[in-house]
Amino acid sequence: MLSVHHILARACPRVWMMLVLLLAVGVAHAQAIEPLPFKDQAQEVRFQDLTRQLRCLVCQNENLADSNAELARDLRLIVFKLMQEGKTDDQIKQYLVARYSSFVLYDPPLQPGTWLLWFGPPAILLAGAGVVLVAIRRRRQASAAMEPPIDNGDDW
Amino acid sequence: MSRYLPLFGFALLLALFGFGIWWNTQHDPNEVPSPLINKPAPAFDLPTLDDPAHLVSKASLLGKPYLLNVFASWCIACGEEHPVLMAEGRSLGIPVIGYNYKDQPQDAKDWLRTHGNPYDLVIADFPGRTAINFGVYGAPESFLIDAHGVIRYKHIGPFTPKIISQELKPAIAALAQETR
Repeated sequence: MLSVHHILARACPRVWMMLVLLLAVGVAHAQAIEPLPFKDQAQEVRFQDLTRQLRCLVCQNENLADSNAELARDLRLIVFKLMQEGKTDDQIKQYLVARYSSFVLYDPPLQPGTWLLWFGPPAILLAGAGVVLVAIRRRRQASAAMEPPIDNGDDW
Repeated sequence: MSRYLPLFGFALLLALFGFGIWWNTQHDPNEVPSPLINKPAPAFDLPTLDDPAHLVSKASLLGKPYLLNVFASWCIACGEEHPVLMAEGRSLGIPVIGYNYKDQPQDAKDWLRTHGNPYDLVIADFPGRTAINFGVYGAPESFLIDAHGVIRYKHIGPFTPKIISQELKPAIAALAQETR
């Protein structure tokens, strides 16, 4: 019969191997995004933060920071280059919006085309609240028109 | 009456659902609208596919409208579009300029030799930098550029005979009206 100890001893090498493989996958993925010669840590953080707010046009559910698409790599290089030229985040976003429309921004700007997006949910919420209010008022009027409710001091 | 309310609500949801399906058959949700329509095309200076030493600029193409068609030998949808351009390209009445995008020159030349060349001129953008200025994010994409170098119409994805007759030809006809 195998003891618990034996089972663990047999399982562990596999677990370790899987962990090592998982780590290797992580490393391989990190290397797929090319290293860029940042001036300092702060600039690298700013670059990561900015590219996370921008959409990859090819795989549209990915941001520029994570995408392996060739166009995303080119756009990352452009973002990097514009940063070296001293452009602000807004200027860099504007550069991309001028070419690819505000579609590249994960945070949609407030403009006529996005009014439905921004004001739709609150409008639906307000409409729902209105329906509930009218229903309550009607019910109250209906019950007031009938005999007054028996109040025996029991809230239940 | 109020007992039909749930049915009414359900019918409303059904209508919304149907509208969503209809809308998505008419529109490609992945299509990125171009902010460059009715704006001057970006300046470019690109070599021709046949002669890398021969540069073609935006300025050199001014004076008459042309269709700029982004294609690549690696692009599958371009293969779908290609017979359409071969059949209808000449009937457009304006030059069709091929924009070879991120392609090995030899691959592009072989592709055009095998399938036929519908273009009056082919310019090549291997690094794809100029294409970014045009807002290109895939192939095929096509731009109708007028005599003043302004982008007047853009089509994303392959041209079909239907799109050519319903969108491209009317857009070209409108340009001809203006210049007259």
